[in-house]
Amino acid sequence: MFDNFPLWPVRASTGAGNVDALYIFLLALSAFMCLAIFAMILVFATKYRRRRGVEAEQIEGSSALEITWSIIPLGIFMAIFVWGAVIYFYERTPPRDASEVYVVAKQWMWKLQHQEGPREINELHVPVGRNVKLIMTSQDVIHSFYVPAFRIKQDVLPGRYTTAWFRATRPGVYHLFCSQYCGTMHSGMIGQVTVMEPAQYEAWLSGGGTSGSLAASGGSLFQQLGCSTCHRSDIQGRGPNLVGIFGKPVRLEDGRTVIVDENYLRQCILSPSTNIPSGFKPIMPVFQGLVGEEQLNALVAYIKSLSPTPAGAAGAPSVVPAGTRTQNTKE
Amino acid sequence: MATVAISAEREHYLNKEYGIRSWLLTTDHKRIALLYLASITFFFFIGGFFALLIRLELLTPAGDLVQADTYNKLFSMHGQVMIFFFLIPSIPAVLGNFLVPLMIGAKDLAFPRINLLSWYLYIIAGVIYIHCIATGGVDTGWTFYTPFSTAFSNTRVIEAGIAIFISGFSSILTGLNFVVTIHRMRAPGMTWSRLPLFIWAHYATSIIQLLGTPVLAITLLLVVFERAFNLGIFDPTRGGDPLLFQHLFWFYSHPAVYIMILPAMAVESEVVACFTRKRIFGYNFVAMSSIAIAVFGFLVWAHHMFVAGISLYAALIFSILSYLVAVPSAIKVFNWTATMYKGSISFTTPMLYAFGFIGLFTMGGLTGLFLACLGIDVHVHDTYFVIAHFHYIMVGGAVMGYLGGLHFWWPKISGRMYPEGWGRLAALLVFAGFNLTFFPQFILGYMGMPRRYWQYPPEFQVLNVLSTAGSTILAVGYVLPMIYFLWSMRYGKIVGDNPWGAAGLEWKTSSPPPTFNFDEEPEVTWEAYNYEEIPAPAEVPVER
Amino acid sequence: MSDSPIAVEQHGPELLHHFADPEQQRDAATLGMWLFLATEIMFFGGMFCAYLIYRFWYYNEFAAGSRSLDIQLGTINTAVLICSSLTVALGVRAAQMGNRKLLVILLLLTIVFGLAFLGIKGVEWYQKFEEHHIPGQSFNADDLVNQYPQIHVDQRHEQIYFSLYFAMTGLHALHMIIGVGIFIFLTYCAWKGRYTPKYYTPVEMGGLYWHFVDIVWIYLFPLLYLIDRKPLR
Repeated sequence: MFDNFPLWPVRASTGAGNVDALYIFLLALSAFMCLAIFAMILVFATKYRRRRGVEAEQIEGSSALEITWSIIPLGIFMAIFVWGAVIYFYERTPPRDASEVYVVAKQWMWKLQHQEGPREINELHVPVGRNVKLIMTSQDVIHSFYVPAFRIKQDVLPGRYTTAWFRATRPGVYHLFCSQYCGTMHSGMIGQVTVMEPAQYEAWLSGGGTSGSLAASGGSLFQQLGCSTCHRSDIQGRGPNLVGIFGKPVRLEDGRTVIVDENYLRQCILSPSTNIPSGFKPIMPVFQGLVGEEQLNALVAYIKSLSPTPAGAAGAPSVVPAGTRTQNTKE
Repeated sequence: MATVAISAEREHYLNKEYGIRSWLLTTDHKRIALLYLASITFFFFIGGFFALLIRLELLTPAGDLVQADTYNKLFSMHGQVMIFFFLIPSIPAVLGNFLVPLMIGAKDLAFPRINLLSWYLYIIAGVIYIHCIATGGVDTGWTFYTPFSTAFSNTRVIEAGIAIFISGFSSILTGLNFVVTIHRMRAPGMTWSRLPLFIWAHYATSIIQLLGTPVLAITLLLVVFERAFNLGIFDPTRGGDPLLFQHLFWFYSHPAVYIMILPAMAVESEVVACFTRKRIFGYNFVAMSSIAIAVFGFLVWAHHMFVAGISLYAALIFSILSYLVAVPSAIKVFNWTATMYKGSISFTTPMLYAFGFIGLFTMGGLTGLFLACLGIDVHVHDTYFVIAHFHYIMVGGAVMGYLGGLHFWWPKISGRMYPEGWGRLAALLVFAGFNLTFFPQFILGYMGMPRRYWQYPPEFQVLNVLSTAGSTILAVGYVLPMIYFLWSMRYGKIVGDNPWGAAGLEWKTSSPPPTFNFDEEPEVTWEAYNYEEIPAPAEVPVER
Repeated sequence: MSDSPIAVEQHGPELLHHFADPEQQRDAATLGMWLFLATEIMFFGGMFCAYLIYRFWYYNEFAAGSRSLDIQLGTINTAVLICSSLTVALGVRAAQMGNRKLLVILLLLTIVFGLAFLGIKGVEWYQKFEEHHIPGQSFNADDLVNQYPQIHVDQRHEQIYFSLYFAMTGLHALHMIIGVGIFIFLTYCAWKGRYTPKYYTPVEMGGLYWHFVDIVWIYLFPLLYLIDRKPLR
């Protein structure tokens, strides 16, 4: 746009164009409405200004006019609603093949870990043209992950996962802001998202001396914490077999059925007696306080990697839709 | 109009009794209105002072005027003071209290002692809040989001919560008083369809105050209990849900914005009718729109939570409902505009504020459409776009309505006229200053500047400087009326019963009115806004 | 007109100056009190809303917490409150009939019942304190965990049940205390002979308030005490 006086940030994601298009439409509509009303007022104020000998004409009203100027705006509003809803659907439905980045927010920094393993603080490197899904939680208060250039924003909550996704279209460096007030250095909880060409990104990935993928570190943690004692993959142990469980429905002891998603896994680890799968006893130890957020992320990533194929028909978009991608596991 | 000095005049509510006891123990709704006028003006300046400090800090990208913690307290307390101690009481407690009995032909409100209690609760709340400010303030944002407010903030959250809790009771009792008064105390012949639109709008406001404020009360109380007694209702480490707080909080705080705007719409109707010398176009529709806004206003709260982690389907529902609630407001704007058609328009100070109101409320309301739109809201939520939107409505709308109303009814309240030239100047300064302050913030918001930021990236500086410049002009515009209203109480031109030639029962009694409002109980045989029967004043009474 | 000498003679000093006649005054008071009770419903409603959500999420903990409450005392308290509502209703009737002595006795009885309720509530809260069921640092629900080992109870979620228990019963008790205060005032006025068959509005209004506080308890009792009292297998 105008370089010296921009009206919007650069568009750096696939979704940004649609958002701006709707914005421009709304701007035009608002400008038109304002001008129309202001012009009318101006004309009336001039033409009907108080003059000696000229009386006001008492007009009760007009039902026809009232209905017209109720229905037409309502129709326009519904159109805007639908357009906005379509964009929102798109924003809240991460593609199944998205690569995942786990984000842990804390006062006052962003900790990110790619599924391939590298960790970053206040920075996120991504390649152009790849779907990236952020799986986010907070260690303390509510934060919010906001990248204006991508037109995405999602509050990051303590106690559960929330997700956002994007596909970057333009190499560059873009602002990352925390946009939910979180205390003293809320305005300092900023960083940058660096979008690179794919080749550069691969180079960046391998340059960092990483210690293996997130799922792999989750796997070692799984052994260390003793999870594999009860959650066996060869025979039925005291706990459910976790191979292939992610994304599938599971029946709970109270009769309900839920889909195994990131939030369910998290709850099982931190509060095992809530929502137990039916047929199992409530004997799993509580891990709240024993694992940190990043370790939780690693465990969740590991369990997801045990699912051989992407989940089938779990089609309806949800906050954390059940979706995995084929992983190269060392199992 | 007599120019006899007031002291030799007949008795009215101001000179009936002198002395501080007669004011502090009054049950006269008109005196209570003035008690409120003084108190809310005091808090307006405190909130305004905080705003000036905020704007000064934001002149530069770096945080160099105050510390980060101080800045966080400034915006939190600016919001709380302005909303709970200025805007929510403003028009209802000042103009509503003064005018509701007069407009319906009653001697007082239904419960005059409760009215006084209402003011005392407000004062007690105010004193507690001042103490909170003086002993460290609160930094949770005006919204008190958990778990920050319950488990992480080191500031006087409990005190602020209790102060606002008490002020809520003041609001509830005012609303209760109005509803009962309007139902039970109308003069003979004053049927519902003859009520001024001011009364309809205040009735709708009172319903919201009655039903919404208690939810804020319990929500704040739970936050206070959680902090004081270590309960765990909002604590995520114990299984509590931070979103529960948000739902409970916004269930009140969204209707609260209608508490703030409906009374300004009330003023707008009266002022436009008088200075076009016409009945408001579409009286029934405007009256019903007020009720519709009150009802629908309770159904849209989670549009503040589109990115908070609510489900997609909940977001869809709240977005659609938010568009529905925009329709009655649009209807009102169209009706006021249509009233000007074939009217006889004069450009007095109240009318200037009324023009400003329509313009700024329209702009603010249209930007509400942006925010109700899911796709756009994701981008602009929690940015300066939202700040600009609500200031257009609350300042450009509600405060201009308040000032316009103060000017319009000042002759009735004080028996004196304010200086018209200064009035018009102040109105223009407010309008210009306001737009310069807040229009750049729309752009800032879409560019991505988040709200509640003490420091910001340098590319946002130019717009911030413009905004701060505007705020200084706005401040001058606000200070002027304070000065000349006070001046007018002693030196203003003395006026008769109806200097504007306005319709309405309040203009049929003297200025200022006697303590019991009417020398004889009125009996209403005419419709509202019977301007065809009221001769226009020969000239609009101006005083340079 | 209401200022004429004849009209003034027909009303006592209780007719306030801004009302045209006693009917208008009474209508206004009644409407006002009902509106106030509506605000109270919204007030308690916030807590009921929180209760609904957490009970759905943490049913086992809510059931265990509910079982740990003293059902005998709770039932006695419910009976006490219902009796107090009876005395209130009879008191209004006594006022209508102009029976000053009976009115005073019934109002006093109501106060006694109210105080009994508060006393029993105090005992229950003390029991909770002894059992370490007060949320916070010293919370300990091991007894609940051990009592029903087949139903695993997460102690952190258990704190939420008890947080709501104390918030809800605490605010209810606060309303009872205010009610008792109001009735002490009413008793004094009744004793002074201020209420006549022509004017007993304050008794009625006080009665409305008392009945409301009673109804809140009628909801609280099953929601807090009776979640799951079935014998466990």
